[in-house]
Amino acid sequence: MSEHDVSSGSPAANGGGIAAWLNERLGLDSVREFIAHKTVPVHSGTVWYYFGGITLFLFVIQVLTGILLLLYYRPTPNEAYESVQFIMTKVQFGWLVRSVHSWSANLMIFFAFVHMFSVAFLHAYRRPREVTWLSGIVLLGLALGFGFSGYLLPWNTISYFATKVGTDVAAGVPWIGEHLARFLRGGDDVGGAALTRFFGFHVAVLPGITTLCLLLHLTLVQRFGISSPPQVEKACRERGVPVPQMPFFPNFFLRELMAWYAALGILGALAALFPWELGEKADPFASAPAGIRPEWYFLAPFYTLKLIPSHVWIFDGELVGVAGFALLALWWTSLPFWAVKAGGTLRTRLVTGTGVGLIAYLSVFSLLGYWR
Amino acid sequence: MAFERRNLIRWMLGGGFTASLISFLYPVLRFIMPPATAEASVNEAPAGKVQDLKPNTAKIIRFGTRPVLLIRVGETEWKAFSAVCTHLNCTVQYQEARHQIWCACHNGFYDLNGKVVAGPPPNPLEELTVRVRGEELVVSRHV
Repeated sequence: MSEHDVSSGSPAANGGGIAAWLNERLGLDSVREFIAHKTVPVHSGTVWYYFGGITLFLFVIQVLTGILLLLYYRPTPNEAYESVQFIMTKVQFGWLVRSVHSWSANLMIFFAFVHMFSVAFLHAYRRPREVTWLSGIVLLGLALGFGFSGYLLPWNTISYFATKVGTDVAAGVPWIGEHLARFLRGGDDVGGAALTRFFGFHVAVLPGITTLCLLLHLTLVQRFGISSPPQVEKACRERGVPVPQMPFFPNFFLRELMAWYAALGILGALAALFPWELGEKADPFASAPAGIRPEWYFLAPFYTLKLIPSHVWIFDGELVGVAGFALLALWWTSLPFWAVKAGGTLRTRLVTGTGVGLIAYLSVFSLLGYWR
Repeated sequence: MAFERRNLIRWMLGGGFTASLISFLYPVLRFIMPPATAEASVNEAPAGKVQDLKPNTAKIIRFGTRPVLLIRVGETEWKAFSAVCTHLNCTVQYQEARHQIWCACHNGFYDLNGKVVAGPPPNPLEELTVRVRGEELVVSRHV
């Protein structure tokens, strides 16, 4: 190879500095081109488009604070509680990092729900976005999995009994339940093996799967663009004008950035003013304390299980509960496939009714589960 | 002929790939299922001294790896039950005011025979035998 060939790759030879050097190697022009043409629909419901980004932002905070906690946390029954206590009392800003991690987990799940219901009510799941919806539902399930597995890690009384109940609910699944419960617990009961497993799920298995699903979800969002609600599309079609759009960059991006700042402000205030408590260390030979309840996002099923009697007709009450939750989840997950009739007409009322009914069930039963 | 040969190769490649996948996945699946550990069979466990509990009070004792609820019902009457709620595996407690056993997780109640009186538990609590040996209490499984 001649000297000329080697020098032709230098920034000076291209005459454009570092940006040109990188562009030649990474093909940044095509990305720039894509962003320049990306737009976001403008209508009365545009505000709902920000919640997916807020959820993503909180997930990034989860990853960053989770990595920091990993530097001190020890996943054994003898050390887990003490290591979290050490983080909160001895490590500088440890209380804040742990509090931000816990609060952002809860906010992330809350905003994921807001995002999901906004997608449903704006009918953004329609063809060709069915897989985007499905990948989003999987991501919500993974977020709940993060919540469930992370809840046990401080090894306190509440988390210990919540895990006992949660894994026993899994045991109620017909045919595979016992195997599933043993797989989750790493044995017959919640103990050291369960803690090690939950730690593995929380910091390795779930992040790996989530990264893949998130990549798919975001790629599909870019591939198909942001959907306009059918009523907006119809109104514009009747007036013979296209749906108004704003450029993604910088217009929407800067607004999204402000939303992230607002989320960060709320998160910082909650974490600083209401630091996440550690509670009492788990004791497998102590009774479940009065007032025990899971995290807010599991309160509705928790309260439902409380209400179902021991036997419903010839079936075990717990089995009826598990089957009911499974059917409800399946019905909601398959939304894109029953929301549109064969002729292409949208079942708007059915979708809105189902969404409102689901929100009402989750809200009312969560509140009842909290207060009673 | 060429089509048949292509089909054969496709089947061989597909079959080989599937067989490889199974040979990788089988050990992984076996690995993630925890081995069955033979739990040392416990038929009897010490439960402390008679004077440790006042009448109408209770405590949790270890019975092997399982918690057991020991209740002093009266001066000379003792009861012991598996402390694991038959609903969803929580550890129960004794409610002195109601003279009943209560599971705080889903509000299940049992009477002092272990029978379900309210709430979602599907089955009664397993009862154990309490014996007094001098000043010592011993809990054992029913024979």
